[in-house]
Order: sequence, then C-alpha cells, then structure tokens
Amino acid sequence: MMLEAEFLQRALLAGLGIAVVAGPLGCFVVWRRMAYFGTSLAHNAFLGIALGILLGIDPMFGIAAAAVAVALMLVFLQRQRRLADDTLLGILAHGGMALGLVAISFLEGVRVDLLTYLFGDVLAVGWGDLGWIYGAGAAMLAGLVPLWRPLLMISVHPELAAAEGIPVLPVRLAFMLMLAILVAIAMKVVGILLIVSMLIIPAAAARRFSSTPEAMAVSAVGAGVVAVVGGLFASIQWDLPSGPAMVVCATVLFSLSLVAGEFAKRA
Amino acid sequence: MPTETPPLIEVSDVSVRLGGQEVLKHVDLNIHAGEIVTLIGPNGAGKTTLLRVVLGLLNPTRGRVMCRRGVTFGYVPQRFAIDPTLPMTVRRFLSLPKRRSRTDIENALEEVGAGYTIDRELQALSGGEFQRVMLARGLLRRPDVLVLDEPLQGVDVGGQIALFDLIGRLRRAHGFAVLMVSHDLHLVMSSTDHVVCLNHHVCCHGEPEAVSRHPEYRELFGRDAGRALAIYHHAHDHGHDAHGNVVPLNRDGTPQRKTGSERE
Repeated sequence: MMLEAEFLQRALLAGLGIAVVAGPLGCFVVWRRMAYFGTSLAHNAFLGIALGILLGIDPMFGIAAAAVAVALMLVFLQRQRRLADDTLLGILAHGGMALGLVAISFLEGVRVDLLTYLFGDVLAVGWGDLGWIYGAGAAMLAGLVPLWRPLLMISVHPELAAAEGIPVLPVRLAFMLMLAILVAIAMKVVGILLIVSMLIIPAAAARRFSSTPEAMAVSAVGAGVVAVVGGLFASIQWDLPSGPAMVVCATVLFSLSLVAGEFAKRA
Repeated sequence: MPTETPPLIEVSDVSVRLGGQEVLKHVDLNIHAGEIVTLIGPNGAGKTTLLRVVLGLLNPTRGRVMCRRGVTFGYVPQRFAIDPTLPMTVRRFLSLPKRRSRTDIENALEEVGAGYTIDRELQALSGGEFQRVMLARGLLRRPDVLVLDEPLQGVDVGGQIALFDLIGRLRRAHGFAVLMVSHDLHLVMSSTDHVVCLNHHVCCHGEPEAVSRHPEYRELFGRDAGRALAIYHHAHDHGHDAHGNVVPLNRDGTPQRKTGSERE
C-alpha cells in the first residue's frame, strides 16, 4: 500500500489539517466576499519569503508576518473612504508582491525556487511543518468558537452588528489574522497561487447541501478532505503536481454539486 | 412637544464632516420616551448619518449625543441584501448573536404578523416580510428606542400602510420611542408625533401639521406635498442653495443665489 511511505503520511496529514481549518474560515470568506482579500494575503507571501530569507528564518514566519501586515494595513487604509476596498486590495496585493520579488532578486548567492512556493510541495512537508499546521490550526479553531456568532452577525450586516453592541473591528481583525496565519501554514501544501481556492471552492461546493451556517462549515470541511485525499492519490497515481491536483479535485466536487443541485431542484 | 421629563436622547449642536463634506451642521434633536420622531429631507441630506450618530456608530466632528443611562436601541437598517451563499433562516437570524428560545422568537414574529416565516430563508422573504422580521428582531431586544431607516423601502403600497400601522401599534403596546427616516410624506404626516425636516441642518421641526405648512418644507418637497394638508403661510427667514447652505431670501420668497463675487 502506498501510504506506507512516511512522506506520504505526512503529506496526507498536512492536507487534512489545512482542509479542516479552511472549511469554516472559507465559509466566512465566501459569505463576506473576501476572496480578493485572501488573494492579496497570498500575493504578499513573496514579501514574506524575502523577509524570511533575509532574517534567516523559515519563510513560513515571514509569510505570516507579511500577511498580518497586509491585514492591518487594509484596516488602516479603509478608514479613509476615498478608494474602494478592491482598489486598496489591488494596491496592497501587487505592490507587496512586486516589492517581494524585487527584494528576492537582491538576495545575492541565494537561489530561491519560486515554483515550490507558487504551487507548494506537500510531499516535502516535514514533521516540524506538521507541528505548525496542527498547532496553529487547533488554536484557530479554538479561537473561532467564541467568534462564530459575532462573525455570523457581521456577515449578515456589519452596522446592525455594531448597533447591537458587537465589537466589529476587533472581531474582523481577529478573523483577518486567522486568514493570514492560514495562508502561511497552507503555503507548503497548495502553494501561494492556489491557497484561496482551498478556502472558497469547498465552501462553494457545500452551499447547496447546507441549510445552516454550521452545516455548511462541516460540509466544506468534508469537501476539503475529499479534495485533499483525492488530489494526493491522483498525484501519486499519475505523477501530477500535488497542490494543483487537490484544487482540480475540489473543482470537480464543486461542479458535481452544481449538477446535483439542479437534479434536486427538478425532482 | 412640551414634556416635563428629560429626553431619552439629546443631540446637541452635532456637526459631521465626511470626506471633506459637511454632512450635518449644528443639528439639535431630542427624543422623548414613547414618541415617534420622523426625519424627512431630500436624498443626501444626512438623515442616515444622523441615525448613525444617534446609534453611536459614528462620532460627530462637533457636538454631542447624550443618552439616558441604559438606553437600549433596536435598529432596522435600510433594506439590505444578505449574501445568497449564507444559509440563514429567520429563526436563526433572530437567535443571533444572542441565543433566544423558540417561544420568544415565535411570539415576536406573531406580534408582527410574520409567524409563518420562521423557517424560511432570509433571502426568500418579500420586502414587507423582511421588514416585519426586522421589527421582530427589534422587539426581541426590548428597546427603549427603535431606530428605523426607511422602513417602507421595497414594500408595496398596500403593505406600506399596514406596516406603518404596525409600527404605531407596537409603539403603543411596548412604549418605546421611534426614530425613523421616511420618504413617504403622506404616511409620515398622518402617524408621527414630531417631524424633523433635515437638509444638512434642521430646516424646521414640530408637529406634522405645522411642518407641512412650513415654507422650507414646501420648498424641499414641492408645493404638492403641502397641498395634501392645508396650506398656511408664515414668516420664514432663510432658503437653501444647491448644497443646502442657508442663504437669505429674495423678496418673492425664493432663495438668493450667491453671486460670483461672494464666492470664496
């Protein structure tokens, strides 16, 4: 059986860990239309990689720092009301990415394999990475429990939530920081370019089969797990890049959910 | 409205600048327990901004808002859409962020005549049903002041009168004050204690009868608005330019235009 190889076990565990956290967080990304925010966080990973190499630490920490900085900057920039959110995000995403790429080009004597970062390399995940994925993942899920209802209320209507006494800014910030950390720990599994897909595709696939927000979060985890397992096996079977294989698998699930939804409507 | 008791909410000399524009200028507004206060005024006059200031969602640039200690607000924002990807039934929505028992939710919905919507998805409600659900949400908070931003928006004409009657009925049953923004002048005039005509500043205010006769009101809403009630002329001392700035009146009662030399 192919799972006897230890690196495969680690890859599977890493993918499952990310899927479990990305399910509920991804639902909020979809409900709150924050896909582009996720993309901006991911783009700034380049800045984080440069930072990590410069400081001689694991790029994962650099990416987390860059993503947190983007989240804070967005909240700060939103206070001036002249530019729309997507314009601000576009500036942050591409400005940060370009700055990161320029910084990397300055790092003499360091060969950075950007492809690994772009598409991830789940088969190279070590036990230390797994520790981070599960440690940070468990902390985020625990943090999400008390934030769940306030976040739902903010997703329905932020002003109404504020008028009813929910501390909107701290809750929003906490959620953005969680996304920032998820981007950092998920980078090795699916890569910078595809991280957002692990947030939004399983959640979108879960929508048609869910009548409560909680059911949708659980279904999104389920869809994510199927995508990870299916993608990993496909990647071993046909020698495919594992990150993209997982995302293709998630996309197929989403398409099936559309078809199943149509049938359910007609029946 | 002469009242002995101090007001629940006292807005004094509030000005708000947003993005370089002075949206509110020296606004005073009192809300007493149990009264219905309606804000009217043209689009962009700062009505919603004033509601946001009262609710504490926006800090005024100048002036202050005093609320009696422990005042609870119920808020019904302007008609809003909920993302279709968010599965949310009426019952679940009314149980957010605080858990509420099914009986409490059923009772509140029955009171607004929307008991049958309890297991529907929010996105599937009609305009009138949605506003009733929002009223039920307000009731569940046992408010001292219910704040409504254009509650008749997206409600068909027949439903508008019923909804207005309902708001009046709920006010009598629960004794809360109502602060609302409305466009529908006829309905406002017939079921409000106090009307405040706002165009960045308070143009005029008072009982509906008096306001409808006020020339500034008629200037803002056209003569027809005044014709719905008896037309009554009385002295008025200023008009408005296109920005809502106060300008002196010409002899014929039309607002004076600024000449080039007066511009800064």
